[in-house]
Amino acid sequence: MGTISTNELRNGIKIMLDGEPCSVVDNQFVRPGKGQAFSKTKVLYLLTGRTVEKTFKSGESIETADIMDTSMEYLYTDGEFWYFMDSDTFEQVSADSKAVGDNAKYLIEQDKCHVMLWNENPIQITPPNFVVLEVTDTDPGLKGDTSGGGSKAATMHTGAVVRVPLFVNIGDKLKIDTRTNEYVSRA
Amino acid sequence: MSWKPSSLIATLKARADLNAQVREFFSEKKVLEVETPLLMEHGVTDRYMKSMRVDGVFKVKGFLQTSPEFAMKRLLAAGSGSIYQICKAFRLDESGTRHNPEFSMLEWYRVGFSHWKLMDETFELLAGILGKRTRVNYSYQDAFEYYLHINPYQITLEELKSKSERLLGELPDDLERDDYLSLLFEDQIEPNLGLENTITYITDFPASQSALATIDPDNPKVAQRFEVYIEGFELANGFNELQDAEEQLARFEADNIWRKENNLEEIVIDQHFIGALKSGLPNCAGIALGMDRLLMIKLGLEDISQVLAFPINTN
Repeated sequence: MGTISTNELRNGIKIMLDGEPCSVVDNQFVRPGKGQAFSKTKVLYLLTGRTVEKTFKSGESIETADIMDTSMEYLYTDGEFWYFMDSDTFEQVSADSKAVGDNAKYLIEQDKCHVMLWNENPIQITPPNFVVLEVTDTDPGLKGDTSGGGSKAATMHTGAVVRVPLFVNIGDKLKIDTRTNEYVSRA
Repeated sequence: MSWKPSSLIATLKARADLNAQVREFFSEKKVLEVETPLLMEHGVTDRYMKSMRVDGVFKVKGFLQTSPEFAMKRLLAAGSGSIYQICKAFRLDESGTRHNPEFSMLEWYRVGFSHWKLMDETFELLAGILGKRTRVNYSYQDAFEYYLHINPYQITLEELKSKSERLLGELPDDLERDDYLSLLFEDQIEPNLGLENTITYITDFPASQSALATIDPDNPKVAQRFEVYIEGFELANGFNELQDAEEQLARFEADNIWRKENNLEEIVIDQHFIGALKSGLPNCAGIALGMDRLLMIKLGLEDISQVLAFPINTN
């Protein structure tokens, strides 16, 4: 495992703290008074999602985390794991519910997802920014009302629940923004 | 990466104007502009300052200067009278939104001035450059009492540690008293200083943070040192200059002992500087001011790379 000096810390660099991989989200060099210098950082613990403010002595060496960001194709789920494949090497990995989290409701077979690997195991799955989902349940559409003024809840085939315009019907295919869980358009 | 400068051409013009204004200020006051070498045979013993090394020039090695202080004091001892210099200074590993390893410094020394009188002159210079400003003074102790409700001399190490961790998050576990105080100051006090068209002075630093300043003869727990803050930036650091060669040598030697204990390179002490002090440094006060930061404040810019043509991370 490699190490890195605090002087080389940049946003996005992955380090190990308390045995957990973390991503640096902010790093500020300070040399207060005439004393020693510090790196004041904010780190995101990648497994638990908590953000912590942490100060290092400047020049201290920190263990780096073996994190790889990859793009992989979503294959299927057996209910316990979600399977992804590297389209170049055909290598497959299985992600558990901790790694997939709420994003399970945006996973569509054959979609390219962003898979973060720690020591070659998936720890975070990010779906594409936009996915197409099919409406399986929603109140009947109000004929003639196309003003877009109102909205209603709709359940998608993946389980996602999205606010949609009143004209949307069961069976419609919709483009959804996965970052905001918002309706974009009909697909 | 682009070959283009990271600052606007207009910013470079503003820098030229700023330099011209500073020169005019000192010319009117008959303070002599001097130049001293940026590359010299000796580095500084400061525990936490890293000089950049240059090989092949001197018999052993040379160092890019972290400030022109030693050379300028040799001029003062040789009878130069009051002097100033605008020059580059170099500090290894200091890089961030307010730091560049190579930066511009204005340093001046006033013979016969106390540090109080130098504070007045600094205010005159800065108000002339930045426009009308009100002056605010806090002692180091007052600032801690006002902003953090603690007495920096009386608080126990344990209380200091828990307060620091509560306010700053996770900290290295082997910090000393001055480290906690400095971190609290930087994080909790500094951002509030020099706001709303003020120039804020912090005076009477603890004797443990005296650097090359004299100790107050009336109050041995404080050093005759001040810092200047504007818009939440530390801009300058000044003091009543230590004249006692023996005391200076003792501080350097203590630094080197500390360096050895902490596996850092011991720095050969600059005997020309000690020699100058022995022959007699006139009674004087001196100040170092960051010109890049002053330009940032004047133009309302947030990142030092906006005022440098070619900052270290892009050149």
